[in-house]
Amino acid sequence: MRAKLMGFFLLGLIRLLTGAQARWYGCPPKAEQRIYFANHQSHADLLLIWAALPQVLRTLTRPIAARDYWTRTPLRSWITSAVFNAIYVSRDRTADQDPLEPLVDALSRGDSIILFPEGTRGHAEEPQAFKAGLYNLALKFPQVVLVPAWINNVQRVMPKGEVVPVPVLCSVTFGAPVALREGEERQDFLARARQAVVALRDV
Amino acid sequence: MNQYLRSLSATEQVGAMFLFVFGCLCVASVVLLVRSLRENGNDTEGDARRQSLVHANGLLRSSWLMVIVFWIGWLSGELGATVLFGLVSFFALREFMTLSPTRRGDHRSLVLAFFVILPVQYTLVGTRHFDLFTVFIPVYVFLAIPVVSALANDPQRFLERNAKLQWGIMVCIYGMSHVPALLLLDFPAYVDRGAFLVLFLALVVQTCMLVQHLATRRLRRAPVAAAISSSFNWASWGIGVGVASLLGGLLAGITPFKPGQALAMALVASIAGSFGHLVMKAIKRDRGIPNWGNQGEGVTGAGGLLDRVDALCFAAPVFFHSVRWYFDL
Repeated sequence: MRAKLMGFFLLGLIRLLTGAQARWYGCPPKAEQRIYFANHQSHADLLLIWAALPQVLRTLTRPIAARDYWTRTPLRSWITSAVFNAIYVSRDRTADQDPLEPLVDALSRGDSIILFPEGTRGHAEEPQAFKAGLYNLALKFPQVVLVPAWINNVQRVMPKGEVVPVPVLCSVTFGAPVALREGEERQDFLARARQAVVALRDV
Repeated sequence: MNQYLRSLSATEQVGAMFLFVFGCLCVASVVLLVRSLRENGNDTEGDARRQSLVHANGLLRSSWLMVIVFWIGWLSGELGATVLFGLVSFFALREFMTLSPTRRGDHRSLVLAFFVILPVQYTLVGTRHFDLFTVFIPVYVFLAIPVVSALANDPQRFLERNAKLQWGIMVCIYGMSHVPALLLLDFPAYVDRGAFLVLFLALVVQTCMLVQHLATRRLRRAPVAAAISSSFNWASWGIGVGVASLLGGLLAGITPFKPGQALAMALVASIAGSFGHLVMKAIKRDRGIPNWGNQGEGVTGAGGLLDRVDALCFAAPVFFHSVRWYFDL
């Protein structure tokens, strides 16, 4: 109950501050199993793409949150686990654990996920090179649809080190699905996926 | 009819006015609905008709929205009206700031604009501190904003960034806040009829814009400033302002003015409004966008909120000050 209220509150807040407009260009919002992958510039990316999805898809889609940042305080970990139903991923790689394991679990259970393939937040105009995770997941789950998304303007809402967010309109543009081709090399696929995200900037 | 209307109390008169306006909108909606049922051929003429129908629908939708906003503002009293127009200001400023690139150093100034200046300005309106209200932004805020920006330690394009911020505040907060101020302005022997003054202003300004638009389509004169507006020319501007002023003179009955005064006030308001629209167009051209709102034209195809209220934002302060000065309120 409290999580639901918090969800409503966050949704209202995000809409008031950013508009959280979703623009579907390459595919319609549809309840099939998907991996949404987007550029990453701010911690608020997660909130924005969550808010931009329609209600039905929001409950089916789980965002991925960096364990070290999103579990640091009880409030953050409560929000990510109870409200967003997020999947935690640790960024510091330990030898004995595959960082993709929680994602593989979620996907085999039929959930859709939101992924930021850059791994960390970028500060440049263009996104950084994509990490291999997206390729590995695409290889393992060929039936899952890969939808690129471009998140616009979020870094202006709350730059690093600031506490109070500023109202600026933001949008999430969803593009045409990208599929792994037969025998496609990892580097080629990652470059193509990154290009699909960048191309949405000017749609 | 006239005798009967005069015998009503102020509240009943304003209520009757809203009834009348809602009635007009209902008629317009029905007319458009009937027209949308008509078969349009697949030729270019049919396409043009469809296009004009879409355009008219958009216009009607924003008129409905505007009237409902005014109505709720009037219903909810002084506090409600102030909060409501405060929200309109907030959304307009959000659109403005989205399309004016700011740097990281502007963050604190933006926070100040949205979360301090805007509430303070509307509080001043709501509490009728009109003397402080008129100078708060031009004097205090315009001197305080550059200080905050300078403290952010970023000299790049300093003047330009501050100018953008100040323009946004001027149009979206200062201009807009004069609309509820009109609602709260106390004329002797004109108590509780501020809603008529707002209606007078909105009608005059919208008529000016509409007539100017129609005249431009009929006359097809060469534009004065082609790089900024492909439609603005002196002939249709004059027609628009003239018709709006005449309408203002005819509407003198609902205002505290005599017909001559109403004509002059309408003239002032429509000149300010139409030039304000031109100025906002110049800002849009500078940003390279056709409309305010999310990335020019959003998925819905509707323009932004600021496109609808920009003329009002320029006309309201000028109208407010000339009224206050002339009647010595």
